[in-house]
Amino acid sequence: MAKSKVVSLAEAMTHCHDGMTIMLPGFVNCGVSQTLIEGLMEAGIKDLNIISNNTSVKGKGIGKLVHDDRIKHITCSHIGNNEETCAKVVAGEINITFVPQGSLCEKVRAGGAGIGGILTPTGVHTPMQDGKQLLEWDAAAGKYKFVEPDEPQNGARYILETPLHADVCFVHAYKADKMGNVVYHRTARNFNQTFATAADFVIVEAEHIVEIGELDPDEIMTPGALVDLVVQARMED
Amino acid sequence: MRKPTNEREMIACRTAQFFQDGNIVNLGIGMPTQCLDFLPDGVDVWVDTENGAIGLAGAPGEGDEFPVDIVDAGGNPSKLRVGGCCFDSFTSFGYIRGGHVDITVLGAYEVDGEGSLANWMIPGKAAAGMGGAMDLVSGSKITIVMTMHCDKKGNPKIVQKTDMPLTGWKVVDYVVTELAVIHITPEGPVLEEIAENTTVEEVVAKTGAKLIIPDNVKVMSF
Repeated sequence: MAKSKVVSLAEAMTHCHDGMTIMLPGFVNCGVSQTLIEGLMEAGIKDLNIISNNTSVKGKGIGKLVHDDRIKHITCSHIGNNEETCAKVVAGEINITFVPQGSLCEKVRAGGAGIGGILTPTGVHTPMQDGKQLLEWDAAAGKYKFVEPDEPQNGARYILETPLHADVCFVHAYKADKMGNVVYHRTARNFNQTFATAADFVIVEAEHIVEIGELDPDEIMTPGALVDLVVQARMED
Repeated sequence: MRKPTNEREMIACRTAQFFQDGNIVNLGIGMPTQCLDFLPDGVDVWVDTENGAIGLAGAPGEGDEFPVDIVDAGGNPSKLRVGGCCFDSFTSFGYIRGGHVDITVLGAYEVDGEGSLANWMIPGKAAAGMGGAMDLVSGSKITIVMTMHCDKKGNPKIVQKTDMPLTGWKVVDYVVTELAVIHITPEGPVLEEIAENTTVEEVVAKTGAKLIIPDNVKVMSF
């Protein structure tokens, strides 16, 4: 008999701790786990290492964590929608690592899929290659070779991007059944589906929690096997 | 099709002439989205948004139902047209990097004669991040930069070799400005068209890159 993973917000927060690395999928403020982030605020959890695409907008979603200085470091592709994040980065209050959006998703996919890294053309000859290993296809030899940034390019060149992994991931679902099978809605799916694969502990907040068996197996986008807990999302956002 | 009434609209209108019926296009936030106002007659394109949809149909208007959970690449509420679809970011960037987007249009701080683009970071200033721009320019079949020919101080934005932090290296195919259409080729930047109210000499004077001037430079038409 499948067991229910539905818990209260407060109980879910007992699995979160200061200094943890947490994946917060979402795009600007769409598909962001508003309720679970509110839970982090209420539980006073701080010194977070965040992996996300953006930092929502000022005062909403991840923006609440920014405003209340709960974040130590962010790995993301863009902060332009939240002027408060920009100001805190400039002031040195938050450390930031930019990763191109597609590379960010691939790094997390690699982390979730047991892959040691990925080769991407994105960012070659840009500041994104600084400190990273570069490989170039050597057609004559039929294999890759490592190259230095200032070597002339003679073949397809790629950055070796390493995997990303987290302690916890918060997922925002449109529907979830009680064992954590998830259906996303429209562009709120964004990073949720990939990020859900790459954390030790996955907590889903769902707008609608349904009985086990109510979801068609073919419509499930994230298998419940990846999910540890399910929390009812507050609907005001 | 409506006619352009100012320089920015001219740039959008000329850029839209690159679109072919059925193309998948990704349009940067701001001026590039204006291209949709000037689609040539008989041309229908599908708008890709890197946050995970194909078939965006602009912002909801007065009387439109507010679509929940559909946003564009700027995070703004958007509509999805009939036949549109949504997917996750991993699929989206596989699609982008894998060469399935026909045309990407975006702006520039500087673009150079080799087609290298700088549009995300100004040295000494805080950067907001590159978002999906680096992936888009590395993967799209055709990358078009639309920009004013010079910056606000009158300095050329099309330079011989940019020393700004790059978004992409040798990625731009065309540059469209209020003065010219420049095709970046392996031989160098070719001045293919100039605006009606300018001369080849004026465009050359306002361009930092050494332009290749064909015998028959066309006049931009709308």
